[in-house]
Amino acid sequence: MGIDGSSALPGPVFDKDDLLAQLGKVLPEGCLLVDEEDLRPYECDGMTAYRQLPLIVALPDSEAQAQAILRICHARKVPIVPRGAATGLSGGAMPHRHGLVLSLAKLKKIVNLDPVARTAVVQPGVRNLAISEAAAAHALYYAPDPSSQIACTIGGNVSENSGGVHCLKYGLTVHNVLRVRGLTIEGEIVEFGNAALDAPGYDLLALINGSEGMLALITEITVKLTPKPELAQVVLASFDDVTKAGDAVANIIAAGIIPAGLEMMDRKAIHAVEPFVNAGYDLGAEAILLCESDGTPEEVDEEMARMTGVLKESGASGIRVSQNETERLKFWAGRKAAFPAIGRISPDYLCMDGTIPRKNLARMLKAIAEMEQRYGLRCANVFHAGDGNLHPLIMYDANVPGQLDLATAFGGEILELSVELGGSITGEHGVGIEKIVQMCAQFSPAELEVFHALKRAFDSDGLFNPDKAIPTAARCREYRLIRDSAGGADHSAPGGA
Amino acid sequence: MRGLGDACLERWADRLRAASAGQTPLRLCGSGSKDFYGQSPCGEIFDTREYAGIVAYEPTELVVTARCGTPLARLEEILAEKGQSLAFEPPHFGAGATVGGCVASGLAGPRRAQAGAVRDFVLGVKILNGQGELLNFGGQVMKNVAGYDVSRLMAGSLGTLGLIAEVSLKVLPVAVAEQTVCFELTQDKALDLLNRWGGQPLPVSASAWSEDVLHVRLSGAAAAVSAASRTLGGQRVDHEDAYVFWRGIREQQHVFFAGEVPLWRISVPSTSAVLALPGAQLIEWGGALRWMRGPDAVADRAVRRAAEQGGGHATLFRAEQTLKAEYGVFQPLSAPLARIHRQLKHAFDPQGIFNPGRMYPEF
Ligand SMILES: Cc1cc2nc3c(=O)[nH]c(=O)nc-3n(C[C@H](O)[C@H](O)[C@H](O)COP(=O)(O)OP(=O)(O)OC[C@H]3O[C@@H](n4cnc5c(N)ncnc54)[C@H](O)[C@@H]3O)c2cc1C
Repeated sequence: MGIDGSSALPGPVFDKDDLLAQLGKVLPEGCLLVDEEDLRPYECDGMTAYRQLPLIVALPDSEAQAQAILRICHARKVPIVPRGAATGLSGGAMPHRHGLVLSLAKLKKIVNLDPVARTAVVQPGVRNLAISEAAAAHALYYAPDPSSQIACTIGGNVSENSGGVHCLKYGLTVHNVLRVRGLTIEGEIVEFGNAALDAPGYDLLALINGSEGMLALITEITVKLTPKPELAQVVLASFDDVTKAGDAVANIIAAGIIPAGLEMMDRKAIHAVEPFVNAGYDLGAEAILLCESDGTPEEVDEEMARMTGVLKESGASGIRVSQNETERLKFWAGRKAAFPAIGRISPDYLCMDGTIPRKNLARMLKAIAEMEQRYGLRCANVFHAGDGNLHPLIMYDANVPGQLDLATAFGGEILELSVELGGSITGEHGVGIEKIVQMCAQFSPAELEVFHALKRAFDSDGLFNPDKAIPTAARCREYRLIRDSAGGADHSAPGGA
Repeated sequence: MRGLGDACLERWADRLRAASAGQTPLRLCGSGSKDFYGQSPCGEIFDTREYAGIVAYEPTELVVTARCGTPLARLEEILAEKGQSLAFEPPHFGAGATVGGCVASGLAGPRRAQAGAVRDFVLGVKILNGQGELLNFGGQVMKNVAGYDVSRLMAGSLGTLGLIAEVSLKVLPVAVAEQTVCFELTQDKALDLLNRWGGQPLPVSASAWSEDVLHVRLSGAAAAVSAASRTLGGQRVDHEDAYVFWRGIREQQHVFFAGEVPLWRISVPSTSAVLALPGAQLIEWGGALRWMRGPDAVADRAVRRAAEQGGGHATLFRAEQTLKAEYGVFQPLSAPLARIHRQLKHAFDPQGIFNPGRMYPEF
């Protein structure tokens, strides 16, 4: 349901007891949760500010059981919310009040790993890192590495088209998935993509990636495995000015280098992380950059020399190159622990996910600094600098009345500015429930109608993950009315024809 | 501020609305370099070349935005001036190939297996629908998960979902060094080697086997290319010759592609064994793409079955219209996929005016 409690779907039109009786026939003991205490752990995902108890949680342990659940639910028009590890940060897996949460947690087998073809066939509940662990024996790994990779599932990754710190060079989830097998809302088996590099017809595989559980239930995935580079090295560069750090990123790319990773953290993020992780970050810096090179030892030598040259010319005040694997991992540990580190210094935080053309970084950071004053809340910034994906972490205390609202408004303003600067409201965390209002800033009513029509092509009754990701026309009208009456900025994307 | 482009789009919008009102099928067409591809084009010709030009190019953002009618060659020239390129190495199949046609056909060249397909580089599109509305999906940034990924869906849609007016593509720096080496090998040995190399961190950027000769191209940092060249062995190919060779593969000017015998494009996992089919074969993409010149007598079923058994699919890439009509160009879709396709087509193009029948006869 919507944040405001509105739902495009009517209330339950089915008989809960009948539903439970039917589900009980197809699911083993203990795989159906209905008591409030059992449902409680499912009331939210990583976006803990939004909570809702579901009607039922089902935990199938096979595709056949999942299929049976969908058939029973489809016949009764029961909303379905798929759920992986619930690390999602936009409320995508938040339950529906009258719906069933379909957890894929028990589908966690690696079905097949083919080192020669460099592919792995996995069930959706397999954790991201588990794939790389299984492939390690063959000197292969699964490239996309979200910071949540210990916990998040590959099914969730596909649904969000997740990224990681190495996706500038190795791509997002969509670039590393060959095939997705799933179930339609009617419970029919369908395959998007195949074992080859392309498939006939429309590229539905691209469409499934990032579809936030709204088009199909994913039951099996074939991922591409990548040969492990012989060597990886990272350089840690400090800057006394964020603009200089931003320019350094542009200069590296202008020099024809695509680093394996290119991340930035601002002063607040450094100060949150360093005492927590002892990564060796420069506490005197206004910003640090982490630039990674990987490949053969010769290649890494060559690229490292070029990269450090560019960083120095761009005015880096300090440069450290990892001398061994332990040090490399230590440098990265700080970046990867950024979210929990913020969680340590603030009771609550909201993680924003806008993307902007990199050249607008300084403008964005200045605007955020101004917003901090205006809202009276602190905000630290970590940045996938290579691909313009900014994560402002807005710190607040949910126990102080009004602070969540302030933080939400602060975040909304950042997202709208992202659109204004030629970017997007979300680079990798998805729209979910959290950014649904800002979708109205990024898309016109006609564009949103295309999304609705596309959704209907897969799920005509709108039963998969209702009320997420794509706002209704009515909701956007309301949004525009409020915005325009507040004399707000013109949010049409610049450069539009 | 209004430019010439706006006037063009307004005229186009009027024409599209009129076509919708009259349910007039339109045949979207740039230079027609890919007219041979897909089911036979039909409908009133709609020339997209008028809307041309680079809208924005920011080398340090790795993004270029071009109008649909921009000549592909012109786009590549502009990128080359900044040491960048379209990493998917699209075939032109004719001097006038346009950017719109490149994206709509979704065809990638020799670098595909290493770099990715057209869709992997599409960041955003502006499309005109049958109501003449200009719709914007995706954008000019590397990462964007707001809404469904309609822009990648456009790649390879053969103009059946709407008119691609403008597209933003991710671009990449041109490799510093390149070296092609060749080997005399039978097909099964070549496949075996290609798969073994594929599992190692080697900078293989293209491969092509035909008539017992395997060409392999290495691209990357100078040190990496020379180290890999030593690892692979084989005979080094002169740079000029290599350039001509790979262009010949990309543009299908290589002698394998000459003549009128139907050409099948068979997409399978790279590890599929040698396909037992009667025609001559040329292998690309580390074994994942198998071209076959099939004598007319080869029923499509044998080819399609061979492809499907390997977990892939086959396309009747070049053939006479009668043969295409008889066999169908693309592998038939499973029932649920066919249904989703029909419904998607209807969602985007309810009046059925955009390239009807170009992909599958039924839509
Ligand atoms: C500390 C932390 C760090 C993070 N770092 C990153 C990062 O670096 N990069 C990044 O991209 N994200 C990151 N995330 C966000 C999150 O981890 C990713 O979005 C992840 O892919 C979600 O996976 P999950 O298994 O937890 O999915 P869930 O949260 O359970 O679900 C996510 C969405 O997918 C749908 N879904 C799940 N499984 C299926 C299925 N089988 N079929 C259909 N739909 C399904 C759900 O309905 C929901 O809409 C981070 C989160 C945390 C908490």
